[in-house]
Amino acid sequence: MDYLLTEEQQMIKDLCRQIAEEKIKPVAAEYDETAEFAWDIMKILAESDICGIYIPEEYGGMGGGVFELAIATEQLSWGCGGISLGFAATGLGAFPLLLYGNEGQKAEYLPDIAAGRKLASFALTEAEAGSDAGSIKTSAKKDGDHYIINGTKQWITNAGEAEIYTVIAMTNKSKGARGASAFIVEKDTPGLSFGKKENKMGIRSSATREVIFTDCRVPAKNLLGREGLGFIIAMKTFDNSRPGVAAQALGIAQRALDEAVQYTHERRQFGQAISSFQGVQFMLADMGTQLEAARALIYSAARMIDSGARNVAKVSAMCKMYASDVAMKVTTDAVQLLGGYGYMKEYPVEKLMRDAKITQIYEGTNQIQRSVIASSLIKESLGKK
Amino acid sequence: MKILVLIKQVPETTDVKIDPETNTLKREGVKSIINPFDMYAIEEAVRIKERSGGGQVIAVSMGPPQAMEALREAISMGCDEAVLLSDKKFAGSDTWATSYTLSQAIRKLGDYSVVLCGKQASDGDTAQVGPGVSTHLDIPQVTYIKKIEQINAESARVERMTEEGYEIIETALPAVMTVVKEINEPRLPSLKGKMRAKKAEIPVWTAEDLLCDEEKIGLDGSPTRVIKVFTPPPRQGGRVLAGEPEAVSKELADLLKDVVISS
Repeated sequence: MDYLLTEEQQMIKDLCRQIAEEKIKPVAAEYDETAEFAWDIMKILAESDICGIYIPEEYGGMGGGVFELAIATEQLSWGCGGISLGFAATGLGAFPLLLYGNEGQKAEYLPDIAAGRKLASFALTEAEAGSDAGSIKTSAKKDGDHYIINGTKQWITNAGEAEIYTVIAMTNKSKGARGASAFIVEKDTPGLSFGKKENKMGIRSSATREVIFTDCRVPAKNLLGREGLGFIIAMKTFDNSRPGVAAQALGIAQRALDEAVQYTHERRQFGQAISSFQGVQFMLADMGTQLEAARALIYSAARMIDSGARNVAKVSAMCKMYASDVAMKVTTDAVQLLGGYGYMKEYPVEKLMRDAKITQIYEGTNQIQRSVIASSLIKESLGKK
Repeated sequence: MKILVLIKQVPETTDVKIDPETNTLKREGVKSIINPFDMYAIEEAVRIKERSGGGQVIAVSMGPPQAMEALREAISMGCDEAVLLSDKKFAGSDTWATSYTLSQAIRKLGDYSVVLCGKQASDGDTAQVGPGVSTHLDIPQVTYIKKIEQINAESARVERMTEEGYEIIETALPAVMTVVKEINEPRLPSLKGKMRAKKAEIPVWTAEDLLCDEEKIGLDGSPTRVIKVFTPPPRQGGRVLAGEPEAVSKELADLLKDVVISS
């Protein structure tokens, strides 16, 4: 389908596809096995100017937005959904800055992110605060011109690898969600440390660790927006970042479909290619159609967000939920179509199925997405009356 | 330092069909790419520029108008400028006429320190154009370079690959250098490079622009005459001579005499 990309967007897509095919695909299985962070690929992304595509030109980026981030993430994830996350999760860590950073904060941190010199990371989730993000316990206490942060963040993507962390902490516990604030914390700040790298089912090369704050003194100038805005910053960040997760799911699913089409064309049983059997064809047809529908939804949502539209939470949640559910289904079907080979690590599709699963869980479980969508629908309906 | 890179656009596949009528390569339906060996030359040129903290890299190609795409790709990888040599009069050039034409362009560009090329093209496989250019320009040539150890505006020290190992050669500049794939790993294009490439104005120089001697260009200027291009038949099994050494050696000598005399 023709999504009417601009020349620049087409270049981003083509270049990311080239990187995925030539540089990521050949090393994806090994990184999945060793679970090491793919710094060599991050270096290639930096040298190719990919890291700055969604950052304004005045900070050294290419001036694109959520849509550019999505098309890049989709193509890179076709190569490996784990490796691409180093890039995509930096976007998640950068959005609070892009959306709420003041001029000084932007000028200090965005150029390094745009040039790929530094990765970013977003730290919200805690052991007892997942879907219920309002119940975080990490605290930030004002002390002169500093805040002292204490607490432990869990399952933080890019933790330990990134240099720049945007952290949500409570500045006023008595206010609940309205008492949360967002801070920029640099990696080398005393009192900041990391837990061990988690051993995950999928996206194994991406780094997931605890981020531990022990009397971590952060300059007050690193507060994003103002005190109490933390929860709103987190929600607006997710509105902007969810199409990226959707695009990651889409790239993984597209790869699964490509592998399945090729395999069923080559695999012969009963004297003919198995792709000549209607049962197989119907599966391929459903996979391809659902995937294209997901793509159309993601691109529309991303363009709507970039247009500056208000109330984008619904479409953002819709595309994340739909694309990740499609990815889980398509990758599962791809394993089925490859049969016994699909279940073996010698073939790429079992990894795709493992990688796809997380997209239904993180940046808001798909159950939370449905809650967001439903409450938007209800609010819209009430607004009309 | 001005560095020139000579590149050729070639068919992507190594499995090229030959037109039995014209004895030329069939290019229809085959994607064109930059000759893979030239990618190493482009990368090395850009690296020399980056290391020396300044200078200019100009990619030069001779070919039909579609070779412009190869030059744009060279710019996307970091070349500053590019020039296309294209003229119907260049058609049918062999390696002699091609290297003459390229050398005319190099003279016109002037004031260069190094001319870099891939060791050979993946379609013709002659490895003659680089050395030919150096001869036409009457400057030194160093072929099969696997490492440039040191380079400045006046001289360079390089490692030249041989079958047994490598030689260290020091040469005055300007010189022509051809490179092997061991020299580096070509980078991918960058986004900013691709945008620059899209907008770049690439001049097209004709035989007239290059002040070419018309007797030295194109098919008429090419001393090579291709009589037939064919895939040689697979080698037939040999004969084994058995018996006493003396008798066998005499038999072999007779056989060899027959072969030499009859051919």
